[in-house]
Amino acid sequence: MGLLTITLLIPVFGALVLAMLDRDGRTPKVVALVASLATFAASLALLVPFDLGDPGLQLTDRLVWIPAIGADIALAVDGTSLALILLTTFLTPLIILASWDTITDRVRGYLAAFLLLEAAVIGVFAATDLLLFYIFFEFTLVPMYLIIGIWGGAARKAAAVKFFLYTLLGGLLMLVAILYLYGQAGGSFAYEDVLAVSLSATEQRWLFAAFLIAFAVKVPLFPVHTWLPDAHTEAPTGGSVFLAGVLLKLGTFGLLRYALPFFPEATREFAPWLLAIAVVGILYGAVVALMQADIKRLIAYSSVSHMGFVVLGTFALTTTATSASVVQMVNHGLSTGALFLLVGFLYERRHTRQIAAFGGLAKRIPVMAGLWLVVSLSSLALPGLNGFVGEFPILLGAFQVNRTAGVLAAFGAVLAALYLLWAYQRMFHGPLEGADNENTADLGAREIGVLAPLVVVIVAIGLYPKPLYDLVEPSVDRVLAEVGVEVELAEDELAVDEEDER
Amino acid sequence: MSLAVTSSVGQHLASEVIQTTTGMMGIAWLIPLLPLLGFVLVLGTGKRLGERSALIAVGISGVVFLLSLGVTAELLTDPGTYVRPMPAWIAVGPLTVTYDLLIDQLTVVMLLVVTGVGFLIHVYSIGYMHGDARYPRFFAYLNLFLASMLILVLGQNLLVLFLGWELVGLSSYLLIGFWFENREYAVAAKKAFITNRVGDVSFMVALFLTFAAVGTLDVLGLVEQAETIASGTAFALVLLFLGGAAAKSAQIPLYVWLPDAMAGPTPVSALIHAATMVTAGVYLLVRLSPVLVMSLPAMEIIAYIGVFTALLAALIAVRQDDIKKILAYSTVSQLGFMVLAIGVGAFRESIFHLVTHAFFKGLLFLVAGSVMHAMANRTDVWRMGGLRKAMPITFWTALVGWLAISGVPPFAGFFSKDQILTEAYFHGYGAIWVLGLAAAVLTAFYMSRWFFLIFLGEPRYGADVHPHESPRTMTVPLIVLAALSTVGGLALNAVHTGPLYRFLEPTVGPIDELGYEPAGPLTEAVLIPLAVVAAAVGIGLAYLAYVRRDLSLGRVAEPIKGAGAELLERRFFVDELYEAIFVRAGGRLARGVTWFDARVVDGAVVGSGVASLATGRIVRRVQTGLTRGYVGWLLLGSLAVVGVMVVQVVR
Repeated sequence: MGLLTITLLIPVFGALVLAMLDRDGRTPKVVALVASLATFAASLALLVPFDLGDPGLQLTDRLVWIPAIGADIALAVDGTSLALILLTTFLTPLIILASWDTITDRVRGYLAAFLLLEAAVIGVFAATDLLLFYIFFEFTLVPMYLIIGIWGGAARKAAAVKFFLYTLLGGLLMLVAILYLYGQAGGSFAYEDVLAVSLSATEQRWLFAAFLIAFAVKVPLFPVHTWLPDAHTEAPTGGSVFLAGVLLKLGTFGLLRYALPFFPEATREFAPWLLAIAVVGILYGAVVALMQADIKRLIAYSSVSHMGFVVLGTFALTTTATSASVVQMVNHGLSTGALFLLVGFLYERRHTRQIAAFGGLAKRIPVMAGLWLVVSLSSLALPGLNGFVGEFPILLGAFQVNRTAGVLAAFGAVLAALYLLWAYQRMFHGPLEGADNENTADLGAREIGVLAPLVVVIVAIGLYPKPLYDLVEPSVDRVLAEVGVEVELAEDELAVDEEDER
Repeated sequence: MSLAVTSSVGQHLASEVIQTTTGMMGIAWLIPLLPLLGFVLVLGTGKRLGERSALIAVGISGVVFLLSLGVTAELLTDPGTYVRPMPAWIAVGPLTVTYDLLIDQLTVVMLLVVTGVGFLIHVYSIGYMHGDARYPRFFAYLNLFLASMLILVLGQNLLVLFLGWELVGLSSYLLIGFWFENREYAVAAKKAFITNRVGDVSFMVALFLTFAAVGTLDVLGLVEQAETIASGTAFALVLLFLGGAAAKSAQIPLYVWLPDAMAGPTPVSALIHAATMVTAGVYLLVRLSPVLVMSLPAMEIIAYIGVFTALLAALIAVRQDDIKKILAYSTVSQLGFMVLAIGVGAFRESIFHLVTHAFFKGLLFLVAGSVMHAMANRTDVWRMGGLRKAMPITFWTALVGWLAISGVPPFAGFFSKDQILTEAYFHGYGAIWVLGLAAAVLTAFYMSRWFFLIFLGEPRYGADVHPHESPRTMTVPLIVLAALSTVGGLALNAVHTGPLYRFLEPTVGPIDELGYEPAGPLTEAVLIPLAVVAAAVGIGLAYLAYVRRDLSLGRVAEPIKGAGAELLERRFFVDELYEAIFVRAGGRLARGVTWFDARVVDGAVVGSGVASLATGRIVRRVQTGLTRGYVGWLLLGSLAVVGVMVVQVVR
């Protein structure tokens, strides 16, 4: 059993321990926290044997699973999946710590759901067997459905159902496509076998469309995004953080890992359309965000806009833009995750999410105000913070491919500043009025402890994203080579080539 | 000093770019880093140290000034274009951005202005901000600003310059909204940030196009390959950079944020919104002057934007009554002069004016702060008067600032403004010369009005105000800046091709191929006296209108009313126009889209019948306590999966 399998099993094991406990209270929280921290440690340990120079899938763990149908439990990672696994295992302990005092009902179930969710997501990022991937992909719905449906807000049930049905329907189409590919690959679900299948242009179009729909719902891409604001609004804080921070990336990850290399011709054919949809999503999400009165809905629509950037970068199909889109998946997870944490902490104090209910809070709660500003600036892609180092190369790369798309998408930057700073001004600036605002308490030590690691990473990536790019770039180049677009070489690589020629 | 010739830039400049890691240049990275550390340190310890924390920030700004002097000295002994190699920031595919520092003649001029004026204003703030509830935070933000501005000035890569560009914007946002309890101030801060973001989009697209055209974002790389850029691309590129510069340096149509930015504490107005940050756009355009000269049509657009901004803002300034608003419009107008200079190919004259403007406008704002300090924060110049007796130091330094900006020889502003206008004339822009001269008359007029109303005549404030001279920490910076405003012009560039002009020569684009011809037969012997006459006319008219008439009559408000005056007072209704377009029409559009999202997109997807049916069924289960069962099933299922896996492993 390799390190990758261990990483996946630790949270499952943690959930099992929780199931064996017979009482809520402090113990389950400690168990869950320890399990999630151990998972994080294990995923960090993956970096040690990981070979940065190898663009392929590595650290492979393979077990024969269902020999009759040729399905294996096959796990492996490349730079992209490792980056996203690290994001997941980094956020999970923070989520558990953030819910420490606020979830009092069925604590064990709540914590177990998160640990299983974490395991499933790691499975999605690491699976190299299509059936296994599909199972993990769909399995994520169950704990998330329960988290929204049980521990959510007032209208949680409708939101949970909408979330469940929406994404399940998208997934079913993909299942059909996977089964078709299984047949074409001569009865194998293995990633390499499916990759080797040569498909006609028509086949590619249909299969690409099936995968695209499944993943587009997850991202979510305009116009199939409307489940997201409802799900976010009703989900408990931890649920929102995990949803925005990790689950949305399943869609963009899936596009990059499966849809692009499996269907290269269709990808190249549809790329301009997807650039257009991405740009519409960027601007549309931002404009709708401007009009939201509920801060959680505002952030939800900002996600629609920001994930549009990720899709834009993915389908620009250049090393710069596509690598940046992976980096931006991580960045969006960090900054939007942090925003939802802040909203959650504020909600616990005030039990409202209406922007109009707040005002002048910077005077009363300066620490929260300061952190809120930093995270907002990260989200609106201020240079020096993480959002910019992903967004800028995406736009730069997209511009080289399609100038209109690059220019229009850049206006997303103005709109992001508009809705985030407008919300900030209304909530934190102005006179401190009303007893509720005057009595709002600032963040406590535990809450600061949850946010501090996020802010540190937000600044670190903003000032020095190079290690992250070094991690993801080779794997992105591999995918682009599969798609059949010319891979751009870095300047120093070109210099090396010239020397070789001499 | 170890000198190594770089190979990363093209052939032509290659022999002139010197990479160095030793000497003062080698530690030049401390210049932006120290104030950045100061920001973190003061923010972290402010609560404990209280007002003592200012000493950290002030000390750092002083050290940074000394370091800048050291770098300048080294450059003077061994002139050249230096690059201090630094680690990479972003490197992906063909895009490589490093934190390398670029140090040449233009850099050190900017370094000295930013750190010199910056240090003085740090000192001034000790007294000015005394007693403020968020005193340490103010100094932390000042250090953040200093660090950001120095990144902007030192960056060898346009994206690093952009990093500084955005961080000065953030500092500006934080400092305009420093007293955020006041809703208007908070709105002003946001307006500044958003308006600048509009310019940023233009800047970013300029960067995309730069990369498409020359394959790098290095300043030196772009400058080196400027000649290879096609004229159509050059035209677009220059205008896109202009879009960025127009926001930061408050030019038409993006100047509207700067007057509102006066909501910030006055030292901020002096440092950020007069002397340094707002000149970043001017710096950017001069830095890229080798690209600018590739497109004469684009330069002419720059020239006209500049001169119209100078004129429009000067007109508005004539009818403002707020001590700082008058200076704010004056700043917009003076920036217009700098921009018009760039447009007519007078790059070095533009930087000269940038420097003298930093002296006298920094001075004038600090005077305004000193006056407000004495007047219990009143700002209406009609409610002042007679302060020359109560505040002698403020009065005399204000006198210097007033004469300098009005263009009276031998004060600093005279030389720089005159050289811009004569250069416009000699480069064939007769109309711009005339309009610029008109703006100069207006400048002398409104600044005289400002000066007369505040300091001359009898006191017009109530008995409850007791003006007094400001403390030493405030008056010393006033005196230093007054000295610089007096001799700065003479010393730096008394004649057109003076020391500063020659010093900056290697850093600007060549204009000899633009085919400039003089606009007429006039020579400097005629043009210079004309500029003096312009100043005299403006001052004389103001004297007649305000000292001889209004002050002697004891008026406390502007006497002349009429449609024209109303138009100026309401600032040509530009703010109202923008409000109508962006806020109201934009708001309607956004509401429409939001309605579409809720009714059409969401409505179509969730057929209401299906949704309610499904909801009803599943909700009932959740509500009947079966959720525990769900979690149980979930665990059981997972257990099964794990079991299978374990079995496989064992086998």
